[in-house]
Amino acid sequence: MEPTSHKFTQNARRAIGDDRLQAALANFTTTFPKKRLDVISRLPEFDDLRDEGVAIKKHVHANLDFYLERFEARVIEQGGTVHWCRDAQEARETIFGLCRAAGAKTVTKSKSMIGEEIAINEHLEAGGIEAVETDLGEYIIQIRGESPSHILVPAIHLTGEDIADTFKEKHTQLPADRDLGEPDAILREARAVLREKFLAADVGLSGANMLIAETGSVVVVTNEGNADLVMNLPKTHIVLASIEKVMPTLEDAATILRLLARSATGQDITAYTTFATGPARRGETDGPQDFHVVLLDNGRTEMLAGEFKDMLRCIRCGACLNHCPVYASVGGHAYGWVYSGPMGKVLTPNILGAHKAADLPNASTFCGKCEEICPMRIPLPRMMRHWRERQFVSGKGAAAKGKSGLKLWAWLAKRPPLYRLAASAAAGFLRILGRGKGRIGRLPVAEGRTFQALYRENGSKEQ
Amino acid sequence: MSGAREDILAAIRRAEVAPDGDPAGRLANPQPNLVPARGQGLPAELLARFIAEAEAAKASIARLSGRNEIPAAAEAYLAANSQPFEIKAAPGLANVPWTKQSLLTVNFGRAEGSDHVGISEAFAGIAETGTLMVLSGPDNPASVNFLPDTHLLVLDASRIVGAYEDGWALLRREHGKTGFMPRMVNWITGPSRSADIELILLLGVHGPRRLHILLIDG
Ligand code: SF4
Repeated sequence: MEPTSHKFTQNARRAIGDDRLQAALANFTTTFPKKRLDVISRLPEFDDLRDEGVAIKKHVHANLDFYLERFEARVIEQGGTVHWCRDAQEARETIFGLCRAAGAKTVTKSKSMIGEEIAINEHLEAGGIEAVETDLGEYIIQIRGESPSHILVPAIHLTGEDIADTFKEKHTQLPADRDLGEPDAILREARAVLREKFLAADVGLSGANMLIAETGSVVVVTNEGNADLVMNLPKTHIVLASIEKVMPTLEDAATILRLLARSATGQDITAYTTFATGPARRGETDGPQDFHVVLLDNGRTEMLAGEFKDMLRCIRCGACLNHCPVYASVGGHAYGWVYSGPMGKVLTPNILGAHKAADLPNASTFCGKCEEICPMRIPLPRMMRHWRERQFVSGKGAAAKGKSGLKLWAWLAKRPPLYRLAASAAAGFLRILGRGKGRIGRLPVAEGRTFQALYRENGSKEQ
Repeated sequence: MSGAREDILAAIRRAEVAPDGDPAGRLANPQPNLVPARGQGLPAELLARFIAEAEAAKASIARLSGRNEIPAAAEAYLAANSQPFEIKAAPGLANVPWTKQSLLTVNFGRAEGSDHVGISEAFAGIAETGTLMVLSGPDNPASVNFLPDTHLLVLDASRIVGAYEDGWALLRREHGKTGFMPRMVNWITGPSRSADIELILLLGVHGPRRLHILLIDG
């Protein structure tokens, strides 16, 4: 997909006028945070586990070369192959080449944000290979020709009715008068249609939540079980993962897994957590004959060397989206690319370049909620400020121009999700402002201003 | 793509992140990090927690007093849920006295797309989240866990441990210090699910709609 991150302001305005989107967002930005709190209340060690998760990731970053080489050695020992790719182009070509070599007509995919990042589907399709998303939400947006509006629930912007209409339009092989009024009927249809694809696929392409240096294993979590079919049925399994996903041991993975689903969907753990290690063993009647891991850099080593290093701790849980008042108001598509919400605001300029994401770092109330709930304690507001400062220096973007940002915030301030969150946002605001004198009543409107403007305003009036 | 590997490794080294810990030692001697209290306890507590957590994840459980009760329990469950009496069983369960239950048709091997019911065996049960740890292999094909609409999973109650880390320790103890990982280790917690349509929880997307645990006490 062509990124439109530089047009955040326009995208956001459109999203705010979309009533159905607003209803979906309201549903989901209340459901997930509540479920998260419920499961965390049953795990008193949660905050200590966060500290351990952060420590493990810091240790990995200090030894990234070592762990990647060990991971590679283990994969090779098991009979697999590792392909290193510097950028999206190299990864696309590598995967296409592997699919070609496997004689692939159909590739089944389990959800991979890296796959979205490098636009692998478009590349395979252009080369005449059918790429089928199998995560239900991803499949829905794929056949609609859209991009994910959330990293976990990609079709969150759609109603059941929208999805039923799409299925009727696209699944022309089925009777036109079938009843898709119930969500379960939609689900049954998706299962049946995708089951055929699973059985026909020559190559399975999966992402990875983690890579284990100790064993050469690939860790994939899903609730649907689609990744397990992707990894078990086709003759060739290709894993696509960025380099920062590597972890030392199985024990370290367990620590991260205790944080991931709780932060993401408010589950103690997802239905399926799979550790896949190499191709089929002797005597096995299922599993792939060929096992490939494509290791992608695409901007990560640059982040490692600079002020965005902490962002490499991100485990893609989506909690910062679920708790963000801006995301709650505009949804994922406004961010214009595959990563949205606070994590997207930091990642997108890092991967695409700041010029393609000019508005993004400004799309923040700096309420601090994202950092507060991030399981990996990533200082997201600080990093967004990094980008703003860079834009000031280069004289680009809304932070430098001032204007369009202000108008947008006036819009946002009128939206209920912002008001709902105003109380919690206020705490963060007041802390930052220091001299704000607790005038919480003004804050929803005050969020209409950039942080600097607000600070100046309060400072000059009340000192 | 020659050179990409060296380029990436060189870029990592150039980043000069401050040294931290002993990575070789960490891999040579893997240690648990913090294990939460819910992953610890006496065997009876762990058994009770396993059952409660698995049921909370929408699995169902039947308690059996021996492996010879597996066929009758399977038949009873399938009858109660109006499922066909045709089972694809993991070859490792060939020693179960299946012929005792004459209504069942049991075939052994990996699952096909047309199989409605599958039965396989768990390596361990993990109490902290009611999770089943299942290993793949010639005797226990992974496809049996995922293709059928109904999945029956045999678990010996003596193999219930507290935490994920205990599962890894058991695996290392029984399968050796290196090369102990089977092709697939599946942690299974309840049946397949999705909330992708309006956040409504639906079961049985691509994997099984029903997960029934046959828990062998003894
Ligand atoms: S930045 Fe933190 S909260 Fe956001 S997705 Fe990454 S790990 Fe989760």
